[in-house]
Amino acid sequence: MTEKKEEIRTGFYICHCGHNIGSVVDCPAVVEYVKGLPGIAVSRDYKYMCSDPGQELIAQDIREQKLNRIVVASCSPLLHEETFRKATSMGGLNPFYFQMVNIREHDSWVHTDKNAATEKAMDMARAAVARVRFHRALEKKKAPIHPDVLIVGAGIAGIHAALTLANAGKKVYLVEREPTIGGHMAMFDKTFPTLDCAACILTPKMSSVKNHPNITMWTYSEVTSVDGYVGNFTIKVRHKPRYIIEDLCVGCMACIDACVFKQKFEDEFNQGLSKRKPVYIPFPQATPQVVVIDPEQCLKLKTGKCKESCAEACDRKAIDFNQKETIEEIKVGTVIISTGFKSFDAKKLPQYGWGIYPNVYTALEIERLVNASGPTGGDVVMRDGKHPKRIGIIHCVGSRDESTNKWCSRVCCMYSLKLAHLLHEHSEAEIYNFYIDMRTPGKSYEEFYDRLLKEGVNFVRGRVAEITDWAMNKDEEDHLVIRVEDTLAGFVRRIPVDMVVLATGLEAREDAQDVRRLFNIGCGGEGFFMERHPKLAPVDTFTEGIFIAGACQGPKDIPDTVAQAGAAAAQCLALIDAGAIELEPNTAFIDEQSCSGCKSCISLCPYTAITFDAVKKKAVINEALCKGCGTCVGACPSSSIIQNLYEDDQIFTEIEEVLAHV
Amino acid sequence: MKFSYFPGCSLKGMGGAYETSLIAVMEALSVQLEELDDWNCCGATAYMSVDESKAFTLAARNLAIAEKKTDDLLAPCAACFLVLQKTQKYIKDYPEVGRVVRESLRAGGYDYAGSTRIRHPLDVIVNDIGLDTIKKTVKHPLKGLKIAPYYGCQVVRPYATFDHQDYPVTMDNLLKALGADVVHYPLKTKCCGGSLTGTLPEVGARLSNILIREAKRQGADLITTLCPLCFFNLDSYQDKMEGPEKITMPITYFTQLMGLAFGMPSSKLGLKRHIIPILPILKERQVAIA
Repeated sequence: MTEKKEEIRTGFYICHCGHNIGSVVDCPAVVEYVKGLPGIAVSRDYKYMCSDPGQELIAQDIREQKLNRIVVASCSPLLHEETFRKATSMGGLNPFYFQMVNIREHDSWVHTDKNAATEKAMDMARAAVARVRFHRALEKKKAPIHPDVLIVGAGIAGIHAALTLANAGKKVYLVEREPTIGGHMAMFDKTFPTLDCAACILTPKMSSVKNHPNITMWTYSEVTSVDGYVGNFTIKVRHKPRYIIEDLCVGCMACIDACVFKQKFEDEFNQGLSKRKPVYIPFPQATPQVVVIDPEQCLKLKTGKCKESCAEACDRKAIDFNQKETIEEIKVGTVIISTGFKSFDAKKLPQYGWGIYPNVYTALEIERLVNASGPTGGDVVMRDGKHPKRIGIIHCVGSRDESTNKWCSRVCCMYSLKLAHLLHEHSEAEIYNFYIDMRTPGKSYEEFYDRLLKEGVNFVRGRVAEITDWAMNKDEEDHLVIRVEDTLAGFVRRIPVDMVVLATGLEAREDAQDVRRLFNIGCGGEGFFMERHPKLAPVDTFTEGIFIAGACQGPKDIPDTVAQAGAAAAQCLALIDAGAIELEPNTAFIDEQSCSGCKSCISLCPYTAITFDAVKKKAVINEALCKGCGTCVGACPSSSIIQNLYEDDQIFTEIEEVLAHV
Repeated sequence: MKFSYFPGCSLKGMGGAYETSLIAVMEALSVQLEELDDWNCCGATAYMSVDESKAFTLAARNLAIAEKKTDDLLAPCAACFLVLQKTQKYIKDYPEVGRVVRESLRAGGYDYAGSTRIRHPLDVIVNDIGLDTIKKTVKHPLKGLKIAPYYGCQVVRPYATFDHQDYPVTMDNLLKALGADVVHYPLKTKCCGGSLTGTLPEVGARLSNILIREAKRQGADLITTLCPLCFFNLDSYQDKMEGPEKITMPITYFTQLMGLAFGMPSSKLGLKRHIIPILPILKERQVAIA
């Protein structure tokens, strides 16, 4: 495949990356070594190859030194392959005559022995210099971008992104697994630090989503399959049966009143602090205002035997016990994943007594308890029916803890302050906060902390050891005792209280790994979805056209979530308005001369990109569908499938040279 | 199921009731126990604080003998269980400790690769044999008997190998499977006084008495434990109790209660080896004694 007669003139550039590479790899030594390799016309080192002068260096050398191959030894191709391909183009050379060597992640960052690291850099450079001789000029193909957007998860992140895109005139499918949109924010009472009511700022947005002509809102639905690539995704969505015809139901709730059951099932929205019937509406402002029947609880759906008084009560005949799940297929060009978080399960720390002592609550339970539309109408009455006189709020439950989650959940200090204020306001109880460090970075956050200090809330620094009902003396009897080392006072304290609030941390959702696989994106070690770059591409993923926003990427509060949602929407708009995207030319093609038409490749292709030309009796690869996975290349018995950028002589030369040293 | 059995000094001495009841119960559950040949003192916590490398070597000799036999090593005494585990971990995690210990063992003709698994009978009974089998073996459920489950510190701390460090529930579940009522016992992993009862008796006795008072307050008929030292401290110092009213609280090993529920004769369970007699409360609650 190579033009053998062409004289190879390779330019080699090694980047110091400041001290990142330069302090471990002896870059000038590598430059000298490479000068002795065949085909080298230029060999240089530079402090920052990715900078403007660095790129210009390559372009200028191509022009002046008549270079026809470029090798850069620097960081990961994920970060700067595109940068150096562009620099290669700037010099007038086809960008695929370029090869990158990762001597940062693969070498300087993981080794301490300078001599060995330098030798390794030389080995890797030699392999790349040898490989690049066999490179060919390739052309990038363009694929159109479908203008519709899928948003998965309709909490505040999904809602904000959907409205941004819809207001820009784009069609949005907003898919939510729960019967209502709103997510966690809909459960909150007030929001820090301004103490504006969560419902007052969220529910208008929820209703805008429902009424927006550009938004298709699907609740009680889940994405089941994702096919295609950036600009051309085919998505299947499963609509779970609500047993209610959505178009007919007006949310009058007559069916709920009529249901033969007492309110006996745990109300998920109120965190189990109240009960509901099998037919229910999650909360008064639920969007859509449509009831749902739980098939695990409904007598008719479980046993087939019920007098169906709900159906009788519905004068719009909206109840349909025969509803089945349906699958709908849509086409979109871009996707935003905003699936949110899960609250840490307080049962994992039994020393704090949640589930053991009735008057121990999680923060989310308190959000409902102080809420005017919550189970008690905002009256802070405990599970034992009493009103607390003294309340302890324990920070970092399932955060900053080696035995559970190592990370800081970022929102708990602030929401603990907020709950301290609200609990005091609703109950006049004396409030204690137990913290390790107060973390209040954010606009007007520290000021809010200051306000709480002035309001007379007590702050004790120390991680709480345990909550116990063991009374050491009379004062402690019939109380919960918080045992803590007060690290400012320097002694162990036992503080009797009536109510304990656990400031539970934020975790990735249980099925984050399934979602990750479904959309072919990554998760970090702690389970949250991984951004393409922590600073410079915070809402991108490693899959083009799929973006993330909100707490599914990591713990964050509402302002940060909304900012990310806006950013993700803007990234979609940028792709949509560009109209088309360039595709990586790493696809496979068939060498028709040698293809025997055995068809073994066809069934192996995970993307159904290969078909059979019955006339020519040869396999044919659809370049638009091929993802360059290489499965068919490896399987072809006559070696008739070739993959761009991964041709046999390129790979074999690279392997030979990298091992030549051994 | 077969184990090498490491009795340690306690089970051969003051913890005799633990040994006889353990052997009887394991036999009933078809678990073979073969006493480790030529075992020696585990070193307990005392030797550790005097000379670590000698203490590790002392404990490791037992692990080396057990390794040759290839069966897992059953250590019922909480202190032995902890010391053997700590030795195992240090040999593995600290190469220098491992080197010194192996060298010392070799001088005595022993070799230790590090593969011996150390198990506590509570873990084996609940997690290997399983509560379903236990329930099937129960002949006389301990109905109406209110029990405070007391774990002490060493079985769960610092190495929580089979249960939570602060709030273990394995024994709670076992006692429920025996038909007993398990009372809420917030002090289940708090200090029994340990060896302080020997060195500072007024402190040690006060700590163990706190446990007894709380068990009484929670309505327990008796306290059950899995550690010979806990048993000794709780059982022996009740006459030192301060305060207006004198209370007494029988102390048992969990294996004794299993034996009772399995319908074994009291002679096999060491029920007479208690300072605070246990038979009166069993009679009062009408627990069948074979």
